[in-house]
This record gives sequence, C-alpha cells and structure tokens, in this order.
Amino acid sequence: MKREARYEIRFTRYEKCAMEIKKGIAVSPGISIARSLVIDAEDYRIPRRVVMPAQRIVEVQRAKNAFKDAIDELTQLEVAQDESEGGKIKDIFAVHLRFLHDRSLRKKITDLVQSDLVTAEYAVSVTLREIASHFTKEKDAYISERATDIYDMERRLLKHLLGRKREDVEHLTEEVAVVVRELSPTQTAGFNKKFVKGIASDAGGRTSHAAIVARSLGIPAVVALEDLTESVSGGDTVIIDGNRGIVIVNPDDETIRQYEEYSQEFVELEHKLDAIREKPAVSRDGVKVTLLGNIEFPDEAEMVLQKGGEGIGLYRSEFLYLNRPSEPTEEDHYQAYAETVGVFEHRPVIIRTADLGADKYTQSKRFAPEPNPFLGLRSIRFCLQNLMMFKTQLHAILRASVLGEVRIMFPLITNIQELMQAKMILRDVMEDLDEESITYNKNIKVGIMIETPSAALMASTLARDVDFFSIGTNDLTQYTLAVDRGNELVSTLYSAADPAVLRLIRTVIQDAHKAQIDVHICGEMASEPEYIMLLLGMGIRTMSLTPPMIPEIKQIIRSVTVQDCNNLARTILGMNSERQISNYLRDAARKILPEAF
Amino acid sequence: MQAGQNSLQKVICETEVEIKNADGLHMRPAMQFVDVANQFDCDVTVSNNENSVDGKSIMQMSMLAATCGTKLKIKAEGEDAQKAVNALQELVEEKHFDEPTPKV
Repeated sequence: MKREARYEIRFTRYEKCAMEIKKGIAVSPGISIARSLVIDAEDYRIPRRVVMPAQRIVEVQRAKNAFKDAIDELTQLEVAQDESEGGKIKDIFAVHLRFLHDRSLRKKITDLVQSDLVTAEYAVSVTLREIASHFTKEKDAYISERATDIYDMERRLLKHLLGRKREDVEHLTEEVAVVVRELSPTQTAGFNKKFVKGIASDAGGRTSHAAIVARSLGIPAVVALEDLTESVSGGDTVIIDGNRGIVIVNPDDETIRQYEEYSQEFVELEHKLDAIREKPAVSRDGVKVTLLGNIEFPDEAEMVLQKGGEGIGLYRSEFLYLNRPSEPTEEDHYQAYAETVGVFEHRPVIIRTADLGADKYTQSKRFAPEPNPFLGLRSIRFCLQNLMMFKTQLHAILRASVLGEVRIMFPLITNIQELMQAKMILRDVMEDLDEESITYNKNIKVGIMIETPSAALMASTLARDVDFFSIGTNDLTQYTLAVDRGNELVSTLYSAADPAVLRLIRTVIQDAHKAQIDVHICGEMASEPEYIMLLLGMGIRTMSLTPPMIPEIKQIIRSVTVQDCNNLARTILGMNSERQISNYLRDAARKILPEAF
Repeated sequence: MQAGQNSLQKVICETEVEIKNADGLHMRPAMQFVDVANQFDCDVTVSNNENSVDGKSIMQMSMLAATCGTKLKIKAEGEDAQKAVNALQELVEEKHFDEPTPKV
C-alpha cells in the first residue's frame, strides 16, 4: 500500500460536547461507561478533531513544545553520531534540525491551528504530509525520496505530541474504554487488563482480534464503527454497549442514567448464568458435552475454571512472542505452560504451537511484510522454516507434559507432508529429551487444527496420523469464502453459516467419527449461541470457547434435546443460502434462550 | 551605534546561478544553502520560473526541487547583499555543494 493512498481527510466537523450515537457490530457482550483512551496506530493518519476557539492557545503551545522536544532529541542524536560514512547520518539529523528550526514551517502549522480550529497533531500531520506529497510528485528519484525525511519528521513530532497517550496503554491508572482504528495483537499484549473496561474499533468483524480479546477478558466490545476515532477525543466519556452494538460518545446525564440501570439488569442475568456453573453440560435427553476454554494468557486459566470450563481446548501460545525485545527462551515457554497446567491438574490443556505470521509477527519477521500475509509464511509453515524456534517450544511443551494432561496441536496444516514433518520434529525433540534424561509423557496426544479447505477435504487421510481434530472455524470460513474478516468492506460476506463452510465441517466430523478420533470446535462458532444446536446436531460433543461465554452455552445445551438438534441439522444442511440458514438458526436459538437475544 | 540610518539603505543584488552537482538541490545542499544565507543579515529570495521562495528557509528551498541544470535567480536585499550573493554563487557554481558533477 502506498503511503499517499492513505492521505485523505474527511471534513467531519462536529460539536465537541454534543452526544453522538454510533452503530457497529456487537462482538462481546456487556456495558461499559468510561473515559476513552484513543490509540492511534503509528502509521495512521491523524483524525481531524476540532477544538473550541479558547483552546487554540493550548494547541499552539502544544505544537511549540513538540518542536522543542523534537529539537532536543535530534540535537542529542546528532551529537552522538560520528563522522563515519562521510558523516551521512549526522547530515540527516542536521537537515531535520534545520526543518524544525524553520520559522515558515512552524508558522504554517500554527496558522492552521488558528484558522481551522484543529488539534496540534492534526495540523502537524496535514502540513508535513502536504510537503511530502509535494516531493513524491517529483519525477527525479533523488528528490522524491525526500518525502521519507518529511514522514520521519512527522513521526518524530507526533511521537512528542502523542507519546504519552500511547504509553498509557501499558501504564494505566484509571479505568478506560479503548477506542482504536484496529486493534493489533501486539498492542493487546501490552494492555494493562485491569483497567481496560471496553473496546471500540473502527475496523474489524465478529472474529477480529479486538473481539477475541474482549470476549476473553469478559469486557464489552463493538467493532466496525467506521469513523469512530474521528469523533472521539481522548478523555471523552463513551458508553460501549456490547449487547446492541452501539457506542455513545459524550452521553448526556439522562442517557448515562438509563445505561447504568440497563447495565445492572445485565449483570443480574450474568449472575443467573453463573449459578449453573457447577451443573454438567448435559442435554435434556442425557447427552454429555465437554466445554473447554480458549485462552491467550496464563492468567486466564482461572477464569475458565470459574466459568465452569473442564479444561483448555485452545491455548494460544503467541503471547510469548509478542511485545518483547527477544524471542522467548525454553524456560519462558515452560513457566507459562506449567502455570496453566497446574490450574487444571488432570484435565486436558491443549497447547497450540506458535501461530505466528500474518497479523502476528515475531521479532525477526516484523520488518519484512509479505504482500499477502494470510496466504504467506505463517503458522506451521513459519515454524517448519524456523526449526530452532519450533524445537524450543516443543521441548518446553514436552517438559510440561508430566505435570498434567497436556496435548499438542499443530495449526494451519494444509497437507499430509506438513503433518509428517511436524511429527518428525516432535520425535527429534523427544530423542533430545531422552538424551538429556528429562521425563515427559511419551504418549502425549497430538492433534491438528482443521482450518483450511484443503485439510477439511483431506480429513480422512489426516485422521490416520493424529489423535484429534480441532476445527478452527474462523480461518476455515475466511479461506473457504475468500473473505478477510477484518476488512469492513467485505466482512458481511464472512459467515460460518455459509453452506459451503457447513459442508466442509460436516465432512471433517464424519471423517473423524469414521477414524474414531476426537473432533472439537475451537473457533468463534462455538461461542455463538445460535450455532450450538447445529453443532450438536452435526455430531460435535466437545467445544472450546471464550471463557465468559461458557455459562450461556451450557445453558443452551441443558435446554435442548440432541434429538431436536439432529432434526435441525438435517434441515439446515439441506439449505442452499447463507441468509436462509442464518435466519433459521436465529429463530431456533431465540426460542431456547430469549434473554440472550 | 550609527547603524540605524545605514540599515535603512536598501542594497539590492541579483544574480543567476545554475545547479551543477549531479543530484540537484536535495536535502543536504539545501541545508548548506540556507546555512550560508543565514550568515547574512539581508533577506534572500530565490526563484525559478514558477516560484519565489525564502532562501533562508530549508522547507521552501527544498520544495523548489531544483535538479541538475536548473537555473535559479538569487536576490538579496540589505546592507550585506553583495557579500551574500557572492557567497551563495560560490557555493552553488564553484563548490557545487562539495558534490560530484555529472560525467560528460
């Protein structure tokens, strides 16, 4: 993507204090009323925010301070450089310093604040990008490359203007609602989870990262709000209604009062569901279903137990790699796994090996983006090309395997060779452990995620070499329907209720049953109430889901008969359109648990 | 000090220079230019055919985007105008910013 393409300004003027209601997609239930923390992605254009006339002086001063801070920083950088390479790097800093001292540049920025009543960061960004775009238009390569210098200056000034705000995500001291363009896994890894009370994002769909994180934290989230970040200034009060998919910016007193009442009712419903925690997930006609939790961080394991989960069906291990300066050591892996396994004792903990690449990068990969990352070097492919890293993780998993019922799961398998290779490496690591005289569970169960159409179609072959399948419905849907679930332009096409997706899922379940191996669902589908009857009817008896949803899903299971589910599944699998299927499922679910809809 | 009366005297000097270094007036040469211009009290205006800019502003100078072979008009106004024009002409045409000129 060219930088210039992002350079667009939408002139949405608004009154700072007026209440504004925005509609998006509800992805995690609950209500939060909190002050907002707006996180701007580093590369993202600064939204146009209008300030009150009286605030102009403040904004001009902020701009001046940013220039002063940037100059101080650059002066230090320049002094620290030696004359190596003909002093070229020193020269670059010297040039940047001349720009920051340039009165006509400063005047352009402060004039913009004065005349258009915009924030300092907006004025800085617009002015410098205007200069940069002037250079990119030049045909001469040497001159057009100057744009890079200008962008660098922009980043430096913005860092000083916004730096504090960005850091705040890690050093929060009061409760906030996070408002963000699109939440990246790396940003989430740095959250202080205690203080984040809700998430609202411009982009994203039901299975975007913001949604997954919010559900696992049990906080409300609304996504696909399009231009929300342009309407919110840091510190504005926002209501995030994760039940109805609404975000209210600067609500009036009456609205706040109504929401406080509504929020109270919702908490009561939650408590009612928590009461069934100790009861088993058994259908009315006596069929037992196993409910496991999906977790990302070790400290979430407790929540799975609290909510009545019987183990971990998906332990995402990526958090170990994100937001840290170096790759995790074997001991880092081991500690994280041991902590979780300890909580569950003899109950299963399925650890998924590193699912890096695409939207989740490692230290070494971050700076070399691929043109098409979701079809690129990600997940098991990445591991098979980075054997040292892969073996380190397998070593730690095996070492932890004596502490409880640990299982290994390989993600994104697309063919039998990848599975064979991964298993061979696992055997290598087992031999290493033998040589080191370290004990481990020699019969550790090994499974794979079925999340590509190719794996689903080859399920009968793959089933011969594994102990279990876990169907990852998020990626399976995305790859089957060729829809990027995070792209709001096409995210409406993304639906696990698409008949093509359902037929693949049916194939996998049938092949697993024939081979007599376990088959789980660990995608978002298992935490969406409307899909539960269908999954039971298709033969699923183990589901792994986001912990806060466990009570609600259990309630559904306890309210249905498998007989009815079988009938429903038969009807659904005879249908040919997504819309027809979705409507039918919603109606069926509404009858079971009317409060949840 | 008697500078008060003298400074009211307007000395205007003008000259035309040609950019001779191969890479043109990119960042570093622009920096050298404004550094020299800023050593003098006079105002310095630089123009190509289309635009006229402040010769003491690196932003404005670099936005001229003058490539090798471009002719620029330098105009200085003030007491030390002559010295300024001489120094700038020397920088552009003789020192060509301490950079290589294109091979013929």
